[in-house]
Amino acid sequence: MVTMREKIEQAAARYPDQRSAIMPALLIAQRVHGHLPGPVLEEVAEILGVERIWVYELATFYTLFHTEPVGRFHLQLCDNVSCMLRRSEDLLMHLESALGIKKGGTTEDGLFTLSTVECLGACEMAPVMQVGDDYYGNLDIGRIDALLARLHALAPHGTGADPFAAERPGEERHV
Amino acid sequence: MYEPVLLKNVNMPDGHLLSTYEAGGGYRGLAKALKEFTPDEIVELVKRSNLRGRGGAGFPTGMKWSFVPKRADRPKYLCCNADEGEPGTFKDRIVMERDPHQLIEGMAISAYAIGAEVAYVYIRGEYVLAIRRLEQAIAEAKAKGYLGTGILGSDFNFVVHVHCGAGAYICGEETAMLDSLEGKRAQPRLKPPFPAVAGLYASPTVINNVETLVCVPHIVARGADWFRGIGPEKSPGPKLYCVSGQVRKPGLYELPMGIPLRELVEDHAGGPQPDRKIKAVIPGGVSAPVIPEQGLDVGMDFDSLAAVGSMLGSAGVIVVDDTTCMVKIATRIIEFFHHESCGKCTPCREGLNWVVKVLRRIEAGAGAPGDMEQLDMLCKGIFGNTFCALGDGAAMGLRASLAHFREEFVAHIEERRCPFH
Repeated sequence: MVTMREKIEQAAARYPDQRSAIMPALLIAQRVHGHLPGPVLEEVAEILGVERIWVYELATFYTLFHTEPVGRFHLQLCDNVSCMLRRSEDLLMHLESALGIKKGGTTEDGLFTLSTVECLGACEMAPVMQVGDDYYGNLDIGRIDALLARLHALAPHGTGADPFAAERPGEERHV
Repeated sequence: MYEPVLLKNVNMPDGHLLSTYEAGGGYRGLAKALKEFTPDEIVELVKRSNLRGRGGAGFPTGMKWSFVPKRADRPKYLCCNADEGEPGTFKDRIVMERDPHQLIEGMAISAYAIGAEVAYVYIRGEYVLAIRRLEQAIAEAKAKGYLGTGILGSDFNFVVHVHCGAGAYICGEETAMLDSLEGKRAQPRLKPPFPAVAGLYASPTVINNVETLVCVPHIVARGADWFRGIGPEKSPGPKLYCVSGQVRKPGLYELPMGIPLRELVEDHAGGPQPDRKIKAVIPGGVSAPVIPEQGLDVGMDFDSLAAVGSMLGSAGVIVVDDTTCMVKIATRIIEFFHHESCGKCTPCREGLNWVVKVLRRIEAGAGAPGDMEQLDMLCKGIFGNTFCALGDGAAMGLRASLAHFREEFVAHIEERRCPFH
């Protein structure tokens, strides 16, 4: 089992300057911890030997970093133009009522966080949503319901970052 | 019938594997480059091909390479801009997911040409599958001697590293990308110095888009004249078009540069959905000014689109039909730019915030007399006054919407409601 520290040190070896490794390190740390609270940011700074403020400023500037906890499954629905033109708004309303939360919210059991995001770069299959590592495209209400049912069934085991990893045998995780 | 070149492997099963790539002639361009060309000859070849950058600006690639100083006391870097974030654009993702070796070969030849031994692929963090496939492909290429030291028996050494972004559209701006790679908040730099002279770690750096780099092996393998023979002479080559929105067959299409927008949308992408009419098309991602239906006969290349006041940009073609409100689209686009503004300069950071407020109230039926003039004034205050092209893109797009669809905006204000609801 490779530790977080070892993974971060491996990633840092790709750069002549440790500061460049902050972003990869935060991505690794977030996979391990789910989000990036203060003590994790300080640990990253310590591992890389960089200023703490450098780590904090990146963790709060880039949208993929979460300094607050998010649900185990983070539903990220694109609502940019191409998805909007294919009725992503209807899907948002449906998700809000199915989960009983508003966008930006997390269900009480901590399973689902619902967000809208900017373009995911998969407009050929709009409307599209990212959950963990995977994209789900050509969505309609039926497909959303089927996906929610699968995620509920998975809740007792799979991990939040990559819920369906078992369905892709042989594919390496990138961090 | 146009025969795809860039997407040849993309539709094949296992197109992402080295064996598939090699079977289709892959890495022969690299072998030829290392054996038959000096680095300067590759730069000249790419100059003669008239390849222009596919990331959006259309800058001649060979010329960009030639700005790198021949002798430098610092290492040179190649960066691949794979931070594809322009709404409506998905070409680079598909290429990296399904044919990553094509990118690696393109990077290896380009690095040889500019004298770089290290490259970083800056790829957006959401593209998990593309990241995985690219990392697998790099490992395969290393094992087969296409990357590493003494590549294919030459004295050329080259390694590629993948660097994941973390969700910031501004990283598509090349100097912001460099700051991000250096571990800083992504904000554009003042130019000069240009990256070719002082880029990553203040070293000479070339930044090219994924699609630009994947053109390179084909230029080496087939020659500059072949490339120049496709499409308009000043803006030639095979081109990837991303078609999305209210159209029957959204998808990625490879066709010659310069194909009429109407042919792309109506023939290749199947035209509008049943009982609808096309109202407008955004030809190059949301930064590109919208073109009303009557203007669709324009050619899809850098110069033809610039001549009609729009731009090819990333060739993210978004089709809008007659059931859709243009104010709503304009509002969503400006919301995007406002969200992605890096905050460095005032006209973009504050101006877009103000524009969003005005557009939202117009769309909600609460527009005030004078709002149109205020939007015109805000566009004037933003355009040409921002640090980078983000603010310009936002203002140019809004100006086109206001010019072509002014009556829709005015109807919202006068009727105090959205006529499409």
